[in-house]
Amino acid sequence: MNEEQTLDYAIKLDIFEGPLDLLLYLIKKHEIDIYNIPIALITEQYLHYLNMIKSLNLDLAGDYLVMASTLIHIKSKMLLPVPEEPSDEESEDDPRFELIKQLLEYQTFKEAAADLGKRPLLERDVFVRLAPMPAEIGKSDTEEEELIEVSIFELIEAFHHLVSRIDKKELLEIDLEKMSITDIINDVMERLTREKNLTFDELIGEKRGRRNVIYTFLAILELIKLKMIKAYQTSAFGVIRVFPAVE
Amino acid sequence: MENIKAIIEALVLVSEVPLALEKICAVLTEVEKAQVKDALDKLIAEYEERQSGICLQEVAGGYQFRTRAELSNWVKKLKGSKPASLSPASLETLAIVAYRQPIVKAEIESIRGVDVSAPLRGLLDKKLVRIVGRKDVPGKPIIYGTTRKFLEVFNLKDLSELPTLRELKELNQSQENIEDIPSS
Repeated sequence: MNEEQTLDYAIKLDIFEGPLDLLLYLIKKHEIDIYNIPIALITEQYLHYLNMIKSLNLDLAGDYLVMASTLIHIKSKMLLPVPEEPSDEESEDDPRFELIKQLLEYQTFKEAAADLGKRPLLERDVFVRLAPMPAEIGKSDTEEEELIEVSIFELIEAFHHLVSRIDKKELLEIDLEKMSITDIINDVMERLTREKNLTFDELIGEKRGRRNVIYTFLAILELIKLKMIKAYQTSAFGVIRVFPAVE
Repeated sequence: MENIKAIIEALVLVSEVPLALEKICAVLTEVEKAQVKDALDKLIAEYEERQSGICLQEVAGGYQFRTRAELSNWVKKLKGSKPASLSPASLETLAIVAYRQPIVKAEIESIRGVDVSAPLRGLLDKKLVRIVGRKDVPGKPIIYGTTRKFLEVFNLKDLSELPTLRELKELNQSQENIEDIPSS
């Protein structure tokens, strides 16, 4: 019984994407002019909803509470007597100005998001012929290759791929050899200047042991960070090729 | 060369990704770029005219054959797979990134009024959003932007094809004084 109730509320809460969304909902529900929000009414309504939320989902309430305090702050500001001097920019002096601006901005993007969702989406409304993954990676040494820079995620993916290939038994061996990243960096640079370019697999693949692989990977990341080498890929999921950045 | 259209049709068909005008020109070396463009426009019109199940479309800076949107139910029936749809949170986050890029997470959050870590992560995983760099302010926050895949998925030629935002002009004017996002 209890559980059912919680579930019911959880679904209701999902409707709102956040405090701004809830406010927009209340504004629409009460047919309020967004440029002239009756702060007292909206605060009362907002707090009413918040009470409902608060008792059930504390996590969500965090963001919502900030808005509640903002509303109350605005409400109290509006109760204060306004200084008599006339001002040119009336809207700027209105304590509601910031909130209205925020609401309008959010509303704009909420609409833009809905518009985006209505577009003919690939794999939902429109389809293309499914292109097979390029299998001919091996013959990718033509000179006219278009190089795309590799993101850190793809490097990490490649690394995972390699680590998963290392013989499990090897992981039990105790590595007594002392290694330093500096050594490996020097080693990688040396090999790269000698070979002009190497694939990611060639750089790491022949290393023995997890520690060695990790050190080499770190060395590559460090070298990329230092802009001493560059990593390129010819296509998505293609071979990652590493070049020395400058001669 | 009277069969430019046919050649282009063939080229677009075999291309795995939207085929850029420049690539077509690189193949049809003795044809003027304007002529190629003209032939493409005619092809698009022809497919349109005969209510074909396929249409030639300009997406993500290239040309691609796509199925007609009205036929989606039939295609889905064949494929039998449900497409992964985007949640409202993801769509809102994506819309903000698309219109306001380059943008940092805190700026997205100030517009949405809530934490956007989860939807942003999802968008990165789906490769609709990418990391463009880091902003040169304390904390070096990550700057986000949309990807080419975003254009492909949302059937957009380029970012300028995004529908203009309502009410955003007046907002921008008042905002210029408050925010200054240096373009990276």
